[in-house]
Amino acid sequence: MDQPTVSIKGISKRFGGVRALTDVSFEAAAGEVLGLIGENGAGKSTLVKILTGIHVPDSGTISCAGQACEFSGPQDAAAAGISAIQQEPTMFDELSVAENIFVGAQPRTPNLKRVDWRQMRLEASRLLAEIGVDLDPDLPLRNLSVAERHLVSLARALSTDARLIIFDEPTAALSQSEIQHLYGIIERLREQGKAIIFISHKFDEIFRICDRFVVLRDGSKVGSGRISDTDQAGLIRMMVGRELTEIYPKAEAEIGGTILSVTGFSHPTEFDDISFDLRRGEVLGFYGLVGAGRTELMEAIFGLKTRSAGELSIDGRPISIRSPRQAMAAGLAYVPEDRQRHGGILGFSIGANLSLPILDRLSRWGLLSARREEALANEYGRKIEVKAANWAQKLEELSGGNQQKVVLGKWLATQPRIVILDEPTKGIDVGTKSSVHRLIGDLVRQGLSVIMVSSELEEVLGMADRMVVMSRGKISAILDRGDFSQDAVMAAAAGLKPNAGNRRAS
Amino acid sequence: MMEILARTPRAPLARLVPLRIFRDNSREAILFGLICLMAVAINWRAPEYLAPKNFDNLLYNLSFLAILALGQLPVLLSRGIDLSQASVLALTGMLLALLSQGSPDLPAFAHVALALALGALLGATNGLFIAFLRIPPIIMTLGTMTVYRGLIYLLSGGAWVSSFEMSDAFKSIGAMRIAGLPLTFAIMIVATAGIWYLLSATRSGRNVYAVGGNPVAARLVGISERKVELLVYALSGMAAGLCGYLWTAHFAIAYTQAAEGREFAIVASCVIGGVSIAGGKGTVPGAFLGALFITVIDTSLPFLRISPFMQMAIIGAVILIAVAANAQAERQPGRQILRRSDEQNSGTEISPGDRS
Repeated sequence: MDQPTVSIKGISKRFGGVRALTDVSFEAAAGEVLGLIGENGAGKSTLVKILTGIHVPDSGTISCAGQACEFSGPQDAAAAGISAIQQEPTMFDELSVAENIFVGAQPRTPNLKRVDWRQMRLEASRLLAEIGVDLDPDLPLRNLSVAERHLVSLARALSTDARLIIFDEPTAALSQSEIQHLYGIIERLREQGKAIIFISHKFDEIFRICDRFVVLRDGSKVGSGRISDTDQAGLIRMMVGRELTEIYPKAEAEIGGTILSVTGFSHPTEFDDISFDLRRGEVLGFYGLVGAGRTELMEAIFGLKTRSAGELSIDGRPISIRSPRQAMAAGLAYVPEDRQRHGGILGFSIGANLSLPILDRLSRWGLLSARREEALANEYGRKIEVKAANWAQKLEELSGGNQQKVVLGKWLATQPRIVILDEPTKGIDVGTKSSVHRLIGDLVRQGLSVIMVSSELEEVLGMADRMVVMSRGKISAILDRGDFSQDAVMAAAAGLKPNAGNRRAS
Repeated sequence: MMEILARTPRAPLARLVPLRIFRDNSREAILFGLICLMAVAINWRAPEYLAPKNFDNLLYNLSFLAILALGQLPVLLSRGIDLSQASVLALTGMLLALLSQGSPDLPAFAHVALALALGALLGATNGLFIAFLRIPPIIMTLGTMTVYRGLIYLLSGGAWVSSFEMSDAFKSIGAMRIAGLPLTFAIMIVATAGIWYLLSATRSGRNVYAVGGNPVAARLVGISERKVELLVYALSGMAAGLCGYLWTAHFAIAYTQAAEGREFAIVASCVIGGVSIAGGKGTVPGAFLGALFITVIDTSLPFLRISPFMQMAIIGAVILIAVAANAQAERQPGRQILRRSDEQNSGTEISPGDRS
């Protein structure tokens, strides 16, 4: 093949004032797996959206098999032979597997142009067999696991005769054996001469499956080459542009006695028999794959979700928490994962957001004191280093990272002793990330205790004093900082039996 | 081969139902059984209920409601709602009645064609505003509900058009019979089959399910949301227009308040039949049975000697209970994060090592 299957030149894209991509160029060649690597927010998803016709680039060109092509919609990209398998496949729960593969392009009978259900089922079975999956094409999609959905979405890509297939972090929600199966499929596709773009920020995967790589950082290409010519440290340097210790400034705080102790927490469907202790001044990391039950557990601890069994004690005294109000009174604060939905009120000012949980402390006889609110905003706004013109600025005008800081600050204003952070840095850029991490460090130095739920292994490895690993609703390992290793954690998260070396009682 | 998780077991009740068509559609089967039970019980209390004279009345009522509900079905499937149907019905009925006054020579079936066209036009107006100006369907159709109703007053000056002012051709369709059954009923059957064909055998129909099920995903596969919206509102209007003519011809009267307040019964028919207000989910048999359910309740209360003053409240309450029961059955069985220990592969169990 002389012509690269797809090549892009000088692609740039802005969203409002934010530069998402700046002058990115690369080529994807047939029979090759190209790793597209970068931190969250580096521009990978924007690039995928441009390649699949969802966004139109501000400048730059895409050419397919040597011919310039312009996409005005997803169907144009599909017609040009580009297809993407999204991280969380966007599909139709109520439709069957077969119809999910062919939706919008169902085979039709020649005369009446009726949807040919028989033909559709046959074709679907054929495509599924091609990728080595045995699924009943009549099953409704809602009965399928995430892994199976990925495969259906791959079958869809093959049905359009795609020449370039993009896998967008396909392994994020898969188990080890499912991931192995996926590697096999990707290798088969490569042998068939498909061009493949594989997006990931897990290095073991990249080295396992990719032939070449392109690294994006802050929307620009910062490196590319053959995967065999580089190593993990090299890739990290390109991805991050700085040393890891800068992003994960581990605070040295004095760790005291047990403050919170959870025993035998259970829920009929979400988690089972969860027991752990949290010590004063400690950052306790909670790691697990998406859907391991961590968020649900935290909601139960904070009184948002009812548990079926389990005890909670603070400072050795059993305590009953049945509502967030009781949890806050007991000195807990919970910063939820989705700050847009649960965390902050976008139409409110920074000051109003900060004062929200403690309005009763700021008011007298039911009237809010503007002076006290102002003082509070001053105190906590400084503490969290929000970049804003003034405290009256609305939350929606701030960047994601600064929004997250305000949400954090709001809970700090309740003067908690235990802070639960659920994915505190999800979807924010590297710079803000490290300042959120510094803030966490400040908290534990002041004697607070932090539970940090994160799906980012590096973050937990870098920030936590101890780590609880959950798998399918159960604790699969509790590790001390000295025992942290990527392998041990990943194995535990996948629910595999750990090596003898990782099983250690204190 | 990947392991298959989270397969939902079939409801035990469904396994007892012998017929395959019902086993795969246990909801419809239960609803159908319930309706039969109700009819038998009512007939036992009041034997004249299923007597030929009233049976006719039941068929007419069923036909009107079913046509409207089946027009509503695609709209609900696409995540929309059409509250203007009753007004379209009344407006179309009034327009045609006035027309028949002016030109009594118009043949019977020309009225049907005109009703369909007029309804489609009124419905497509909803569709245009919703698809292109992105007005929320509930607001748009509440608006046209009022506007169309208002137009009837404008056109008629508030006066009725009664039987003797209508041409014989106009009224003939309302009384015609085919194979011993009302022609109206046969038309309803044809309309039902038409909607069923559209929804299950054409790409456009499948696109309705796709857009309602997941609009983002539908956009990604290149389905035009606008086309779907135009189609479903035009269809819904067409159904209401057709029903408007059949209704006016049957009762031989056109008046300003015709079918006022039927919106609730129409939407409830669909919901009782398992159509999801959130879109993407629902079947033609479901909506049809929902309409049958409501018709049976509607028509039976007088026979059960229930005070006319209480009837409306009872009908409303029964429908709400049915909808609530449905919503309960609808609830997702919950994500199953936790794997029960008997399903666990050996080796998953890891004793928490460090418990300080």
